[in-house]
Amino acid sequence: MDPLLQISGLRTAFPGENGGELAVVDGVDLSLARGQTIGIVGESGSGKSMLSLSVMGLVPPPGRIAAGEIRFDGQELTRLPRPAMRALRGRRIAMIFQEPMTSLNPAHTIGAQIIEAIAAHERATAPDALRRRAIAALERVRIPDPARRIDDYPHQLSGGQRQRVMIAMALSCNPDLLIADEPTTALDVTVQAEILTLLKTLQRETGMAMMLISHDLGVVTDMADTVAVMYAGQVVERAPAATLFTMAEHPYTLGLIASAPRGGAARERLLAIEGSVPAPSAMPAGCRFHPRCALAEPACIAAAPAMRAFGPEQAARCRRAPIESIAA
Amino acid sequence: MSPRPLLEVEHLSRRFAIRRGLVFARKMGEVAAVDDISFTLARGETLGIVGESGSGKSTTARLVLRLLDPSGGRIHFDGTDITDLSGVALRRFRRRMQIVFQDPFASLDPRQNVGEIIAEPLRLHRPGSEAGYRARVAELLALVGLAPEQARRYPHEFSGGQRQRIGIARALAAEPELIVCDEPVSALDVSIQAQVLNLLRDLQQRLGLSYLFITHDLAVVRHVAHRVAVMRRGKIVEMDETEALFAAPRDEYTRHLLAAMPAVAPGGKVVERLAVLARG
Repeated sequence: MDPLLQISGLRTAFPGENGGELAVVDGVDLSLARGQTIGIVGESGSGKSMLSLSVMGLVPPPGRIAAGEIRFDGQELTRLPRPAMRALRGRRIAMIFQEPMTSLNPAHTIGAQIIEAIAAHERATAPDALRRRAIAALERVRIPDPARRIDDYPHQLSGGQRQRVMIAMALSCNPDLLIADEPTTALDVTVQAEILTLLKTLQRETGMAMMLISHDLGVVTDMADTVAVMYAGQVVERAPAATLFTMAEHPYTLGLIASAPRGGAARERLLAIEGSVPAPSAMPAGCRFHPRCALAEPACIAAAPAMRAFGPEQAARCRRAPIESIAA
Repeated sequence: MSPRPLLEVEHLSRRFAIRRGLVFARKMGEVAAVDDISFTLARGETLGIVGESGSGKSTTARLVLRLLDPSGGRIHFDGTDITDLSGVALRRFRRRMQIVFQDPFASLDPRQNVGEIIAEPLRLHRPGSEAGYRARVAELLALVGLAPEQARRYPHEFSGGQRQRIGIARALAAEPELIVCDEPVSALDVSIQAQVLNLLRDLQQRLGLSYLFITHDLAVVRHVAHRVAVMRRGKIVEMDETEALFAAPRDEYTRHLLAAMPAVAPGGKVVERLAVLARG
């Protein structure tokens, strides 16, 4: 069966100086099957959010999709006319963001906003039927006493409840794909765990596919089937989530694993990745990670490495992998 | 004989009035942001204060630094009661306790170059010559891993991690004994977080600094702190040696917090590969 989403050779670019273009997403290939979750992990400047906006058809101008294809359920999205894309967005592909307060309108009740989301994609429905559906949508995201909370304004809700409302709106039209961009980053740890559990439950109930974008490798491996690690606009490693922490090949993925404290060796130095992510206007030659890589050698600077397969489900963009074979 | 702690906080509280009404605001009641907390911090020690939003951890930081007046309780710094100090007497102690903020950009004046930013506490607390300031700024930049030439640049020319290094250099300028770190790595990318945590660790070892390390991040607090206090609704619900607290939390809320921590650890080939990377 064809995957639900198939991205190939995607390049999303912004105008640069001297008439050139700066690619913030540069040659990304990814696929996602129905009902599955792909986790996109990366730091700021990795291109992960621009990748998700590309799928949504929401690349902010003057940015544009300069090359590649995004096939969604057989349809090529990059060439879809604007009205058709708008119809698809919300109904078949929905998105939730990090900061629910900025995505909700403070002047309207949450009920009015959910109803608006439902009505935007459905033919005329009676007002009381819409209201019942909005209450059901809140119930589905486990907001207690939804018949009363529906008339609340966003500021009357906690951060976690606001994110639940955003999820209710996103799911109100039963999308096939939910894109969640850092959905729990602004939330307290205990609330974060609740929202992630809710997303998993809803996915089981609806069979939707998810694209989860996060800087947090722990969250992504916990939630996803497959993980794609992005660095400087490219996917540098793709692996099953279940084996990422035991089988990761790319020195950047390994660096991310080592950078976050995980309980071992308290108060010892962490194995940090030195330096910082390059700007799109100053991409290093060859492997884009080489200036920060402890294992870089002249060949890494001379030519850009291609994705290489390591087993049936894993691939990494590193010519030195597997690195345990490097002699001490 | 154990020496007296650098910082002793006893029964510290801070209540805020809740007011209603725009023109004739009436006091409707009080809320305790910090409610009768006590702790000590030894020289060279890191005490982690962990809690969720609204737990009172940041108010605690501001109280300890005397940026906010307590409603009750005492603060002793190096044996002196600083709770009621003001003016020159307070300023003498302020030099000895500094703060590093979460958002390094918001806390740096965009119109000052980095040299001026770092020299400011020197001018305030360490009278000296311009040449002396310049030399000290260069020394401080080197200490936090930046090049002395970068003194002439402005904050916007730096990345988030570099700005946090600048914030740390400024905090170190006055040669403090205590640094309150208020979510110092929360706004940073994971790889940069590790760099800054390593820097704070190295500085503590070299300079014998005490840290009051405030964070919402359990994994970070577990890594940096010798002891941890868990705060909830203005109170310390549990305080213990870090290893003991994480191994056997006694308080129900602490257990709830720990259960919410993602628990993945590297294993298999990744362990071998990390060893290769560590060798470089």
